[in-house]
Amino acid sequence: MAGARVVEEILQRDAQRFAITMFGAEPYGNYNRILLSNVLSGSQQMEEIFLNPLLWYSERNIALHAGVKATSIDRVRRLVIGKPMRPTSLPYGLDGCDQSATPIAESYDQVIIATGSRPFLPPMEGMDTPGVFQFRTVDDCGQIASYAKQCKKAIVIGGGLLGLEAARGLLTHRVEVTVLEAMPQLMTAQLDPESATLLKTTMERMGVQVLLEQIATHILGDERVTGLRFKDGSTLETDMVVVSAGIRPITEIAKDSGLTVEKGIVCDDQMRTSDPDIFAVGECVQHRGVLYGLVDPIWEQAATLADIITEKNPQAAYVGSKLATKLKVMGVQLASMGATKPAQPDDEVVLYREPSRGVYKKLIIRDDKLVGGILLGETDTAGVLTQMFTLETVLPERRADLLFGSSNGAPILSVFDLPDHAQICNCNGVSKGGIKEAILIGKCHSVSKVGAHTKAGMGCGSCKSLIMQLLEVYAGEVVEDPSEHYYVPGVPLTKPELIAAIKAQGLKSVSAVFRELAGGKEDPGSKVGLASLLKSLWPHEYEDERDARFINDRVHANIQRDGTFSVIPRIYGGVTSAAELKKIAEVAEKYQAKMVKLTGGQRIDLLGFKKADLPAVWKELGIPSGHAYTKAFRTCKSCVGTDFCRYGLGDSIALSQKIERRFQGIESPHKMKLATAGCPRNCSEAYVKDLGAVAIEGGQWEIYLGGAAGGSVRKGDLLCTVTSHDEVLRYMGRFMQYYRENGKYLERSYGFVERLGIEKLRDVLVHDTEGIGTRLDAEIEAAVAAYKDPWEEATKPVHENQFTNPLAVSVREEEVRA
Amino acid sequence: MTPFEERVERRWSDGKTTWRSVDLGTVDSVPLGEGRAYTVNNLGIAVFRQRDGQLFATESTCPHRNGPLADGLVGDGKVICPLHAQKFDLTTGHCAGEDMAIRTYPVREVHGHIVVEIGPQTLA
Repeated sequence: MAGARVVEEILQRDAQRFAITMFGAEPYGNYNRILLSNVLSGSQQMEEIFLNPLLWYSERNIALHAGVKATSIDRVRRLVIGKPMRPTSLPYGLDGCDQSATPIAESYDQVIIATGSRPFLPPMEGMDTPGVFQFRTVDDCGQIASYAKQCKKAIVIGGGLLGLEAARGLLTHRVEVTVLEAMPQLMTAQLDPESATLLKTTMERMGVQVLLEQIATHILGDERVTGLRFKDGSTLETDMVVVSAGIRPITEIAKDSGLTVEKGIVCDDQMRTSDPDIFAVGECVQHRGVLYGLVDPIWEQAATLADIITEKNPQAAYVGSKLATKLKVMGVQLASMGATKPAQPDDEVVLYREPSRGVYKKLIIRDDKLVGGILLGETDTAGVLTQMFTLETVLPERRADLLFGSSNGAPILSVFDLPDHAQICNCNGVSKGGIKEAILIGKCHSVSKVGAHTKAGMGCGSCKSLIMQLLEVYAGEVVEDPSEHYYVPGVPLTKPELIAAIKAQGLKSVSAVFRELAGGKEDPGSKVGLASLLKSLWPHEYEDERDARFINDRVHANIQRDGTFSVIPRIYGGVTSAAELKKIAEVAEKYQAKMVKLTGGQRIDLLGFKKADLPAVWKELGIPSGHAYTKAFRTCKSCVGTDFCRYGLGDSIALSQKIERRFQGIESPHKMKLATAGCPRNCSEAYVKDLGAVAIEGGQWEIYLGGAAGGSVRKGDLLCTVTSHDEVLRYMGRFMQYYRENGKYLERSYGFVERLGIEKLRDVLVHDTEGIGTRLDAEIEAAVAAYKDPWEEATKPVHENQFTNPLAVSVREEEVRA
Repeated sequence: MTPFEERVERRWSDGKTTWRSVDLGTVDSVPLGEGRAYTVNNLGIAVFRQRDGQLFATESTCPHRNGPLADGLVGDGKVICPLHAQKFDLTTGHCAGEDMAIRTYPVREVHGHIVVEIGPQTLA
């Protein structure tokens, strides 16, 4: 990591000047070693922790000898000499080079050593027994993970940062994990005894056993590890051992080349070794007597070295780092910085503990500045504290704010006191000054506006509370985040504003809306909602863009949990025929439907078709789409009405068939399930549908709105009573159009009706108090007229690969093996 | 699709693992703004073609419940899984708000063809 970082920094400053050659013992480009514990726990794939793949090097004309270890520097002839590694050896091992291979020599003007460190191996017999692993490289990680599959128990030797991360990672492989620590507490470098005890309890609650003050002397087992023996003679069974007991700098090449080496390779403030043309950076370095094993100091060293080598800033100097760290163990919040205990008589200690919740907070303050801090169990203020620690800011008088944030609504002084160059958003590198400017000059008065303006808070989001505090300071108030009122998250407009803008600018496609109203940013989560809205605004002129449709609407079938699709032919009013049933049965058989299911909406669901079979299924069915997908009108269920029922008062079948034929495929904010009932016995459950029509005595129909019998149960509200099928159709259509225009995306009718109130709806839809009745009728009529059965695409696909299964590409076998 | 011989094929080895470039066919086999799934030998790969023309390639299924990612919604360098709306960054593979990620592959357009780089895991 350190080596590649220096190269990146150098290229950033001057991409042309140097011919760069790199040696690396590992067979890859470089990767982010900090994330290895995530790879072990399976939360990240190996590939995604690679920082620069091999291609990156070749594209930049960097000659990379991957898998070749640099073994010596010939300072007289100015050559770096390396040898290829044996494939089986550890890259950080003491030897491991293929002695029979021809050495590779490269000449140099300047050399940068970034050999890093190797795991420290405590003196123990049997270290080479199979089942013992070190935890250092991406290959180690892979081997640990695959070996763990055949294990029940694992021991991690070392209770430091990395050891605990390894232990948590092993838990995900379902092994019982025990951590051994030679010291009387965990994480000696970062914690005091009390917080370490709390952490131990937390780890044990997660299932990691912790044994302190335990020194193992022997690894037991011949063919593979079976256990450990301790100093006191006792033993502990295990199937595998992972050693993570600290690191030691790799300094052989420096020693062998005659450079000054103490604990690490000794470097000055310009990262120069005892030879002025040889530099070193990273974990192999000893700077002002200190060795660093964390990433921040190494990045600082790399930046300094790049300044020196490119002569961009010959005065650059690295003067040491202040150490702050976080434990990346899922389920544990822990931040630590600087000293763990007071060191001078006047040091002030601020302490808060709440053992029942596992919370422990401690600050060590010297001359009103933070010299150390531990936050365990609750790390809300870790960001501010780290800033104040590194920048040596003068602390506010009220120390409690530092532990708990602002308690009385007053701005937290710490953020206010930060200098303008302090970085607030670490993901996007936005400084306090940048945010201040956005607030004062850009008039951004909400966290999201600041984000849109500066990108602050748009990464991991953890700095949003700091941005909020800055808003309180500089804007005097925080405006409520308006984004919750947006129609879709990706376009900063409420539904009425959005409709007005779309109409004013004549935007007919989803991409046009993104282009004109969202700065060109195509938010995938907003596409479907926009498509639905546009289609209802421009029934005829809507420019259909397939990528804005959910998969169901691209293939006109419903995606199922196994990636197959289900098809539901439309059966108007639930009435079918023997011939239709036969056809459905034949298709189900021919294309091997995994299940044939009668739905609650009185239709037949054919489940488990392959995507590629869908067109053939449709063609052979020859029945229109039943729209079991799409946020749209779905079905109109019916009882048998007057045809056969002894109690039937109205012809509910004829009405439901009219309703289905009229409204099929009409899109709306959410799905609409309807029913008609021939009498108030309500056999078709019309009271609990989005829209229902119930026949009552006297040739009349009651129209109900906003019923539900799904996730919510609600009896619909009576809108009005009418005397004909045509009137039912008219009021239902009016409601649908009004809901299409005013419902929020994904707002079901029952939410909509409750939100507006039935009186208001009755005023608008029945009494026409707003004078929009005729317009609503006309709009829904236009939408009905624009309907096309999507199943026509069975014969005319929009794209040649619209319905294809994964396209197979075969790679010739002999080439793969090569 | 172009016959195999005419496609861009390149591979290089770093001694331990083999990287290779595989030609998946013409760019327009992936509709603009959508994704399509491929199987290269037995490896499932999803290729996404954003409306601005940018290409992305990832593993083909969602680690959450094996959803077919190529059927997802694409935009702003992200894909949303069609099954449970898990949202992944197509460059890094990170899943928003979740502790999981998908594998991503370097991909580019070469003479109108999609060329994806597969490695370092071995193809079956």
